[in-house]
Amino acid sequence: MSVFFALLFYAATAVLVLGLLYKIVDFARTPAPLSIPTTPAPTTTGGVVLRMFREVAFFESLFKGNLWIWMFAAAFHFGLALVVVRHLRYFTEPVWFWVEFAQPFGMYAGFAMAAGLGGLWARRFLVERIRYISTTSDHLMLALLLIIAATGLGMKFLMHTDIIAVKTFFLGLMRFDIQPLPEHPGLYIHLACVALLMIIFPFSKLLHAPGVFFSPSRNQADNPREVRHLSSWAAKLEKN
Amino acid sequence: MAGPDSKPVITAPAFRDYPTIPALQPGATEGVKCYVANEKIQEALGFQGKLAENWQETHDKAIGRMGELLDKYRSLKVYMDACVHCGSCTDKCHYFIGTGDPKNMPVARQDLMRSVYRRYFTPAGKLFPSLVGARDLTREVLDEWYTYYWQCSECRRCSVFCPYGIDTAEVTMAGREILDYVGYGQKYSNEIIGKVHKIGNNLGLPGPALIDTLSGLEEDVKEDTGCDVRYPVDEQGAEVLLVTPSADFFAEPHIESTIGYGKVFHAAGISWTFSSKASEAGNFGMFIGNYDQLRKIALRVREAALELGVKRIVVGECGHAWRVAYAFWNTLAGIGAGANDPFAVELQKQLDPRYKQPSHICEFTWDLIQQGRLKFDKSANDHRTITFHDSCNVARASRMGDYPGGQFDIPRNIIKAVANNFVDMAAETIHEKTFCCGGGGGVLTDELLDIRVKGALPRMEALKRVVDDHGVNFMATICAICKAQFTKVVPYYGFKSSMIGGVHQLVSTAIKLGNEQ
Repeated sequence: MSVFFALLFYAATAVLVLGLLYKIVDFARTPAPLSIPTTPAPTTTGGVVLRMFREVAFFESLFKGNLWIWMFAAAFHFGLALVVVRHLRYFTEPVWFWVEFAQPFGMYAGFAMAAGLGGLWARRFLVERIRYISTTSDHLMLALLLIIAATGLGMKFLMHTDIIAVKTFFLGLMRFDIQPLPEHPGLYIHLACVALLMIIFPFSKLLHAPGVFFSPSRNQADNPREVRHLSSWAAKLEKN
Repeated sequence: MAGPDSKPVITAPAFRDYPTIPALQPGATEGVKCYVANEKIQEALGFQGKLAENWQETHDKAIGRMGELLDKYRSLKVYMDACVHCGSCTDKCHYFIGTGDPKNMPVARQDLMRSVYRRYFTPAGKLFPSLVGARDLTREVLDEWYTYYWQCSECRRCSVFCPYGIDTAEVTMAGREILDYVGYGQKYSNEIIGKVHKIGNNLGLPGPALIDTLSGLEEDVKEDTGCDVRYPVDEQGAEVLLVTPSADFFAEPHIESTIGYGKVFHAAGISWTFSSKASEAGNFGMFIGNYDQLRKIALRVREAALELGVKRIVVGECGHAWRVAYAFWNTLAGIGAGANDPFAVELQKQLDPRYKQPSHICEFTWDLIQQGRLKFDKSANDHRTITFHDSCNVARASRMGDYPGGQFDIPRNIIKAVANNFVDMAAETIHEKTFCCGGGGGVLTDELLDIRVKGALPRMEALKRVVDDHGVNFMATICAICKAQFTKVVPYYGFKSSMIGGVHQLVSTAIKLGNEQ
């Protein structure tokens, strides 16, 4: 089983990194021929950086759009962020001080994350409009994330596993030295689902994470009268 | 069911006591379709005349074109991938609010194309189509595109509320571009684009008729004011070239604003001219998402400016036209700063760098007001209580003045400078959250009247509140399409068409021309 999970994580990491790199390069290479920021928009690059920051850190547009979704999405994403930070302790020795510092918060963040996911999923059943637009994959994605959260919380509060051994396993993976993984059904499910999530990331709507940074309506400065935006393919038309 | 062939009775939806979100009514507007362009109209623009007899051929062409667009437009590529179906946009479209048809929810409108994108361009959709909502492109799907991409006014309201800024307008434009490419164009827009190329404006008003109309206007204004206010055409060496939507030349209430433009130039003593070559500010190339058409139409303005030797280019009251002028003219035709092709460089040398190029007529007038060069008798507008409708493309796709949001303040500042009674509509229906009039983006055609009336619902509700609470009797707007759409649909909601007008109509009423006692 240890070897299976080791290989699974190597494969998942490769797919995640290469897949995301491919998509990011693809986004970056595709020209944005016209100036289309949603206005009012900042007129300077500094302003754009600030707008993107508000969008990514606070989900500003979603806040304007729908408070319920914003609440659930914020609980899930900030919960997840803290949980990820907390999990860095499995990959660092000695553990970075700020990871150490975040440990107690990360524990509760797991509940926030699960609650957020629960809320988002409930909307897919309860709100007619959102039920209409939901696909099977939308449901499965939430199921996958909820299983990850539930098994994680389960191992923390109900059925402990040998986390020292888990850490030895992951530190070993990083040195290409496969160490034994504790035999624990909760852990197996948790890790398998995380690996699956990593694998589908570059092929799914999880691309919203890199995508938001490339959204022309958000990342362009509002300066079309002062600066000429000309894409490579549009520039060729000028030669005619 | 309302179709172009039957003659349905069109009624406005009832005002809602509270703006509740409508229950879904699947298929509510699936029968509202605009006329398809004939071969002659299509071929004049270089598009395929009609759909191929053989479906496979159409299918392959459409998918091929989609692939090209995905490589040319980052917006489309990112927007196809980034949506998580969160639902933030679902209740934001005026057409959804007015009709309840779920395919008028922005995300669902995008999904009409996203489902095809997934099937042909993503591994997940190729392997597990039903899991990720992917589907083959069939004739039915193409028909659905035609129906619902022509029930979008490209107003960008959904993009304000999307956490990734996904702009359904970009998807609609791509959809229409693919439809044109396979020979399934819309009669209304494509016929109009043909007229611009052939005659110079959307309404097909030839130069001599234009000159005739405007000299008649000069006589009317003389009779009215006793002043020799001029409305010149093709005047060499004028300082300002005014490019305005052609409806401004004779449609009501548009012409009232045109009279106002002339009075502003007259009172400020600035020489100006219209151009018969560029007698149209509107650019329907944007509606159909076709870069070549967009560019070709924009280049007429550059040519006219060079021929006439003007120092400034000013754009009249028009929503999407101002978007194209403000945001795209520099890219398309080098009207602005930073271009380096020979014609654009020549134009930039000719234009006066002290002014924004192009300027909106509201920027122009507001500058003059701030300099104290215009005088008004505000009481002349006292019979009016005015509200202002932010036109969607001005609000969410352009700017006026020096700071973000100037597009909201400047027209209001002008109104307040020329009139005493101004009231804003509810905050959630103005500025960047403004509702489209319901007729923008190429849907201002009679076959689509049903959806136009219904799509106006949220704006009409906001109007109703200020009419009831504050006695508003005039809704000013700065868009030719808003004016035409509102005058047509407000009677369905119990208002008089005469309450619709332009900002420069108000300016026209109050401005002092220097011959007062």
